[in-house]
Amino acid sequence: MENKTIKININGKDFEENINSNLLLIDFIREKIKLTGSHIGCDTSQCGSCMVLYNDICLKSCSVLAIQMDGAKITTIEGISDGDNLHPMQESFRECHGLQCGFCTPGMIISAIALIKEKPTPSEKDIREHLEGNLCRCTGYENIVKSISAGAEKMKG
Amino acid sequence: MYSFNYHIPKNIDEATTLFEKSNEPKYLAGGMTLVASMKQRLTAPSDLIDLSKMDTLKSIVVEGKNLKIGALTTHNSISKSKDIKSTISGLCDLSNGIGDQSVRNFGTIGGSIANADPAADWPAAILALKSQIETNMRIINGEEFFKGMFETILDEKEIITQISFEIPSYFTYVKFPNPASRYAIVGIGLSVYDKIARVSVTGASHTPFRASEIESALSKNFKIDSIPLNSVSSENLNNDIHASAEYRSHLIDVLTKDAVRTYTQ
Ligand SMILES: Cc1cc2nc3c(=O)[nH]c(=O)nc-3n(C[C@H](O)[C@H](O)[C@H](O)COP(=O)(O)OP(=O)(O)OC[C@H]3O[C@@H](n4cnc5c(N)ncnc54)[C@H](O)[C@@H]3O)c2cc1C
Ligand code: FES
Ligand code: FES
Repeated sequence: MENKTIKININGKDFEENINSNLLLIDFIREKIKLTGSHIGCDTSQCGSCMVLYNDICLKSCSVLAIQMDGAKITTIEGISDGDNLHPMQESFRECHGLQCGFCTPGMIISAIALIKEKPTPSEKDIREHLEGNLCRCTGYENIVKSISAGAEKMKG
Repeated sequence: MYSFNYHIPKNIDEATTLFEKSNEPKYLAGGMTLVASMKQRLTAPSDLIDLSKMDTLKSIVVEGKNLKIGALTTHNSISKSKDIKSTISGLCDLSNGIGDQSVRNFGTIGGSIANADPAADWPAAILALKSQIETNMRIINGEEFFKGMFETILDEKEIITQISFEIPSYFTYVKFPNPASRYAIVGIGLSVYDKIARVSVTGASHTPFRASEIESALSKNFKIDSIPLNSVSSENLNNDIHASAEYRSHLIDVLTKDAVRTYTQ
């Protein structure tokens, strides 16, 4: 069938939607659920501004179909803070000036959180390697790398 | 992207039955390549048959002198596997060098070789190692698998189930990656079985191949100095915006030296 009802948990909330087979996950998140923090930069799996967490691992949401995600648990940038209290990684980006225009930032932060889940104390090399799939067109990577190191420290609590 | 029917079969039989009943079906694994080409309307299947729920195709086992990897195993599961690290660790490095985290989290070894992108990394391992591609229909010798650009020996409805590698005494893969995509501009696979060297080249031509002159030189004398220079002529190599054919021919020599150097180190 070209239409299917899927269930996806996004940021801890269950959604059940009837969707067309050709809907991308990013469009599901932005258009159906109206969470517009995940951005569409390139739409060709290059830039990472659409990055979300699939369980604990990162996923470029422009590169998969929503229908492939039936039953999945997804976290977007809107799901990481605790109410008005920013997530420690968000705090660090603010403190270390890890952004200018902010377009790439949701993807950078989501990528960073996935990295810390796997490597709680990443080296600068680990961070740079992990950011292979995230492009920033204005800040330059120095402060982004600094933000992630600082965020890793903060996340240890 | 055009719309299509989506199916998620539980086993191979169900998948092939669906395939036979559909008009212009395609199997879907990680979708890292297929979804992208559907977005660009380079392909428009009538039916997508999603294999990703078949957990039996995600196993990694060592059986005697063979390492067997299920076709649906993701690049990242491979790069983190202890069984692979302890048998053919060069495969962990190869898969860890593919694209980026997100691509490695979802892209699969089976999808990569079925797709037969001339610049993909896995084909270098298929040729440099003694390998067999197991499908729902037969067992294919790795050397017979690739037939050209995006072309393999697979029948349309055939499903790769497992890839089996004979464990060598040494294997390494080195590549000169495109800085944007990480695909190989040239990639060299090098293995040694009982002092006999096998050398494969990916990225350089329309399809991966073995460099037989280099292989025989290294099998006689496994030294950097014994690698014959310019043995792969630029005549049949790719010439594109990423690199000229002459540059690729040169890279083959340089990267083969690097590969031999990792052995002697
Ligand atoms: C940004 C980006 C960077 C990349 N960089 C690299 C890189 O550096 N090196 C590299 O090698 N690759 C790279 N890739 C490709 C990546 O490795 C993909 O994982 C791979 O090409 C396809 O795997 P998949 O599981 O996503 O397959 P899919 O996209 O789902 O399928 C690809 C094709 O294979 C067929 N297929 C899939 N599984 C099977 C099966 N079991 N049996 C029969 N047919 C099957 C499908 O029908 C389809 O035609 C990159 C991709 C992206 C998006
Ligand atoms: S919009 Fe998804 S990777 Fe750029
Ligand atoms: S802050 Fe502008 S693109 Fe990264």
